[in-house]
Amino acid sequence: MSINSLDNPYDSESKLSHGSGCGCSSCSPSRADADIPQTQEEIIDRAVENAVVRSVFPNDMERRQFIKVVGKSTFMAALAAIFPMDALKAAVKESNGKLEKKNLKVGFVPITCATPIIMAHPMGFYSKYGLNVDVIKTAGWAVARDKSLNNEYDACHMLTPMPLAITMGAGSVKAPFLMPAVENINGQAITLHVKHKDKRSPKQWKGFKFAVPFEYSMHNFLLRYLVAESGLDPDKDIQIRVVPPPEMVANLRAGNVDGYLAPDPFNQRAVFENVGFIHMLTKEIWDGHPCCAFACSQEFATSMPNTYGAIFKAIVDATHYSAKHENRKSIAEAISTTNYLNQPQTVVEQVLTGRYADGLGNVKNDPDRIGFDPFPWNSMGVWILTQMKRWGYINGHVDYKKISEQVYLTTECAKYMKELGYTPPSSNYKTHYIMGKKFDPHKPEAYVDSFAIKKKVSLTNAE
Amino acid sequence: MKRETINAAIISLTLFAFAFILGEVFTSKGKKETKELTEYEILMGASEEKASLPGPIAVFSRAWQELSNPFYDAGPNDKGIGVQIFYSLGRVLLGYFLAIIIAVPAGFLIGMSPIMYKALDPFIQLLKPISPLAWMPLALFIIKDSAMSAIFVIFICSVWPILMNTAFGVASVKKDWLNVGRTLEMNAFQKAFQIILPAAAPTIFTGLRISIGISWLVIVAAEMLVGGTGIGYYVWNEWNNLDLASVIFSVLMIGVVGMLLDFLINRAGKLFVYTE
Repeated sequence: MSINSLDNPYDSESKLSHGSGCGCSSCSPSRADADIPQTQEEIIDRAVENAVVRSVFPNDMERRQFIKVVGKSTFMAALAAIFPMDALKAAVKESNGKLEKKNLKVGFVPITCATPIIMAHPMGFYSKYGLNVDVIKTAGWAVARDKSLNNEYDACHMLTPMPLAITMGAGSVKAPFLMPAVENINGQAITLHVKHKDKRSPKQWKGFKFAVPFEYSMHNFLLRYLVAESGLDPDKDIQIRVVPPPEMVANLRAGNVDGYLAPDPFNQRAVFENVGFIHMLTKEIWDGHPCCAFACSQEFATSMPNTYGAIFKAIVDATHYSAKHENRKSIAEAISTTNYLNQPQTVVEQVLTGRYADGLGNVKNDPDRIGFDPFPWNSMGVWILTQMKRWGYINGHVDYKKISEQVYLTTECAKYMKELGYTPPSSNYKTHYIMGKKFDPHKPEAYVDSFAIKKKVSLTNAE
Repeated sequence: MKRETINAAIISLTLFAFAFILGEVFTSKGKKETKELTEYEILMGASEEKASLPGPIAVFSRAWQELSNPFYDAGPNDKGIGVQIFYSLGRVLLGYFLAIIIAVPAGFLIGMSPIMYKALDPFIQLLKPISPLAWMPLALFIIKDSAMSAIFVIFICSVWPILMNTAFGVASVKKDWLNVGRTLEMNAFQKAFQIILPAAAPTIFTGLRISIGISWLVIVAAEMLVGGTGIGYYVWNEWNNLDLASVIFSVLMIGVVGMLLDFLINRAGKLFVYTE
């Protein structure tokens, strides 16, 4: 389901807005016959077409009806009359002038979420775009944040809430950051200590100590969401600690925490070491949730546009390559070595292929355990901001859409469209369903207010 | 005397052998299944070695493996143990020499002037007990460079023992010697270099020895925090993979290098110190 953002926009059968439980052909697991672009050129073409069509038809139903009425070829011709589609595609592909800087440093935290950033190195995606990239292993998220702010890294693997938080100056120095691409969707899990095999309901977790990798993480927000949905207050009834991912298995073994909502391979590693079991995958909370991101400072993007363009394309290319299930085994082999993830290959392979042991005696088969889809939906950014507001990480008035649109660049295409004098697509929002509850990105404040359990902000604190 | 040395060596060796055997007996070995495995067992890694506390033999064989090729360099995230140690040593020595350059003259001045000694003492006492790692976030924020921050942390933790010991050494130079200098009509420089410095040398070197020990303790922790290169990063990376044989090996290497550093400073001290 990871190539949703690349559906054929000219087809009246395809849906450009994929909700949970979407029944379209591209959302069903077997999409061998689906019309998906294969080569890198085709992918860029399709992304451009998609963005243009989206901007013309913010409402997907209208687009489909329109195509049904006038026919596909008329639609394409009509669109081509208004937009110089070919010129636009060419501009996106060839506007790369001379690279301002070839030797780049890209930071990553050794988890499977970073797969595209890492595998782009051994599998040659950076060099394909003329870049000489050093991917540098980083000890934790605070260090990744600081090294990015210090310009030690040109770009960095981050958690999707981080560029938002950094841009707003929440838990960080205030600096405008950009997130041109989401790295992975799904791919996390809740792991509990083996002694808790009988405590499978969050209601039984009162007093538990949980670890998450960072405060500004989907892990923290999803765990809080899940616990609150079952009636516990995550700030009072459980303890949530920040533990860097590589230290989680050791902490779980030592009984220092009862469980964690963490990135892989550390869920699978806990199973492999007979220390924990996989209680649930986070896709069961929100199927298709964003997790990690590819981010860089606005300064890097504006001062070195060609280099930025090249690395952006390399990442999108690598992400689409990672999305294909048939490539997953070879990727696991390439990235489990000492200089990248430094993990047993069996463990990494189970995460990426989705055929895994759950630690309870079952072999599960879930190809969508982790997905790779670079499209940074603005609605996802808004959801993250609502949760930051809900749990008191930000106070006062929040301009959800403005911040989300400033940080989550819907596509590189938007930039090139502006250069050519066109208005980039403004509608990159969709409705999400999280544990069955509807999230309308156009009514964020009402969504925050709809939760019974949330941080009580005293009136004096609120601006 | 000779006999004592031999006896001590015998006791050391016996203790080592005892610890070795005890270690071999009481550590678990990662078991490998040989029978036909179900898919679940394979996914659970029954055919592979699990993380377990390795015995001495496993640690020594890992040590042999690492030390036989200590200087390989396979990109920024995978370097040999020798390269890592050189990175750490480089940081330690740079921070340490910066500390000497600042702390020895400063300690000298403080020691010469009882008023300054009293005036600065509260600040030194306040700053001295701060854990070097507590400076790390501040350093990262202000210096905006992780390598320089690590060096700064080494500097800040080395500076106090050197400063205090130098000041103490200088302050407690015998009055008689200074009076001798006065009768010989020595100028301030001659007095400093010919009387005070030699007389205070033993205490200064005590300060230097304490500092190098602290520096080496701190660099490992700092590198675990920041990552990148160095022996601290090496430990962190092996911990990442729960490879305890490598962790124990690197812990031993940290000990060996720390011991050598202490030995070298001690030796250097003996070269400079004269007897009355």
